Amino acid sequence: MNRPGPRRFAEVALAVAWRSVHNYLTTPSLLLPTLVFPLFFFAAFAGGLSRIDQAPGFDYANGYTAFEFAFVLLQSAAFGGVFTGFGIARDFESGFGRRLMLAAPNRMALIVGYLLSALVRASVVGAMLFGIALLSGMQVSSDAFELGGLILLALMMNLAAGLWAAGVALRFRTIQAGPLMQTPVFLILFLAPVYVPQALLVSWIHTVSEYNPVTPVVEAARTLIAGGWEQTGEAYVAAAAMIVVFGVWAVRSMRSAEAAGG
Amino acid sequence: MPSAFDQTLEVARRSFLRSLRQPAAVIPSLVFPLFLLAVNAGGLDAATDIPGFPTDSYLTFILAFPFIQGAIFALLNMGTDVATDIEGGLMSRLALTPIPGGALMAGMLGGALAVGLVQAIVYLTVGLAAGANFAAGIWGVPVLLLLSLSISFSFGCVGTFSALRVGNSEAMQSLFPVFFVFLFFSSASLPRDLLGAGWFKTVATLNPVSYLIEGIRSLFVTGWDPEALALAFGFAALISVVFLTAASSALRTRLVRG
Repeated sequence: MNRPGPRRFAEVALAVAWRSVHNYLTTPSLLLPTLVFPLFFFAAFAGGLSRIDQAPGFDYANGYTAFEFAFVLLQSAAFGGVFTGFGIARDFESGFGRRLMLAAPNRMALIVGYLLSALVRASVVGAMLFGIALLSGMQVSSDAFELGGLILLALMMNLAAGLWAAGVALRFRTIQAGPLMQTPVFLILFLAPVYVPQALLVSWIHTVSEYNPVTPVVEAARTLIAGGWEQTGEAYVAAAAMIVVFGVWAVRSMRSAEAAGG
Repeated sequence: MPSAFDQTLEVARRSFLRSLRQPAAVIPSLVFPLFLLAVNAGGLDAATDIPGFPTDSYLTFILAFPFIQGAIFALLNMGTDVATDIEGGLMSRLALTPIPGGALMAGMLGGALAVGLVQAIVYLTVGLAAGANFAAGIWGVPVLLLLSLSISFSFGCVGTFSALRVGNSEAMQSLFPVFFVFLFFSSASLPRDLLGAGWFKTVATLNPVSYLIEGIRSLFVTGWDPEALALAFGFAALISVVFLTAASSALRTRLVRG
């Protein structure tokens, strides 16, 4: 029975989310890369570059493992959103998206459903990463609220990247748009202070990182692991702004998909 | 009938032109390593202040990185092309012709060498233009290009073997992270004696890619370091011999299977 309104919206969103999460958890070719890539980056950065913390001016108290964990957590959350965009593109390329649109009175429920599944992806990967980082000796000085703040920041990055990727997927409706989903996310992440605090960046990347909205997010994540809230407000504002901008982009792309008939 | 040399040349020409005709595959293999070079040069410059770091220019130190990263991209592109030939049935049709397997393989690898040469010249030119030092001087340039070609050839053998084994372009692309593990778990970002975690240093020491990078790096940072160069050329030769042998066997199997 077709019941319009918030309840129907929620039913559609939850059904899309459930299907997407089920596919993710039961398909090794989808699950494994999202688990292995963050571990790979974490091991390569935290393991290989840890002597960087001996450079003059490197003053992060919780050690290089925690310093890199913050970046890798945000990176894996963002890529959880991007990989969800791949799923949307696949669904629309195969024609399944068209059938989903026929079944949903309000097509925005489809976006919400996919984003819910992106949040689940980010939570699964984040939990695994956190466990491994603790086992490898990461120093965490946060209390429960600061940890909550860190998790919130990671989920906001996941939403922002997921909305960007959903917009691209709905606009192009082909998996060939994959590089357009992931390359800008990769670039903006790596133009933030990845390996050292922002003050130690030199040359053009120092300037670019000053204007990069991901920079305050990465720095806030590091502050929260070290047990503080100083200057984290800017990070939440930056993450919220990205969500709003990419949210508008995703909604407009959904309108474009509707106009094209899916 | 054309000689084996002519056949090899024709396959190499096809392999190289095919790469040039796929800008979507070739341009990222040139641009992406340069992007990471720029990011790492600015982002890790503080590493030069670590006591014992061999140079005061991180750009000079990290310039070896794109050479290996570019060779990995070339490996993947070439492997994907070979796998596409298998999927499209070209390999089956070639099995019906008198072209020797050796000529076919040499031609495919010739294409990889040409791509590798273009990449090496671009990375060297961009690096020097950006202010990197080249301690070996003018006579080091041909050595650098020769080493770069040796590495491209050895990685080409790995790509050919992988493609002939998997026979599927999608599976070939999915090997991307496997090859990148070798690059990231090497002495690419810091000298081996400055690598932090003990386990990482052990992995980097066992990883042949460390020696390839250190050979290229020695020409930029040290000048002439016979040990580093001998190890780099030696490991490139070893990888070539092992994977050329394996690829030849895989090609025979593939051609018999048709």
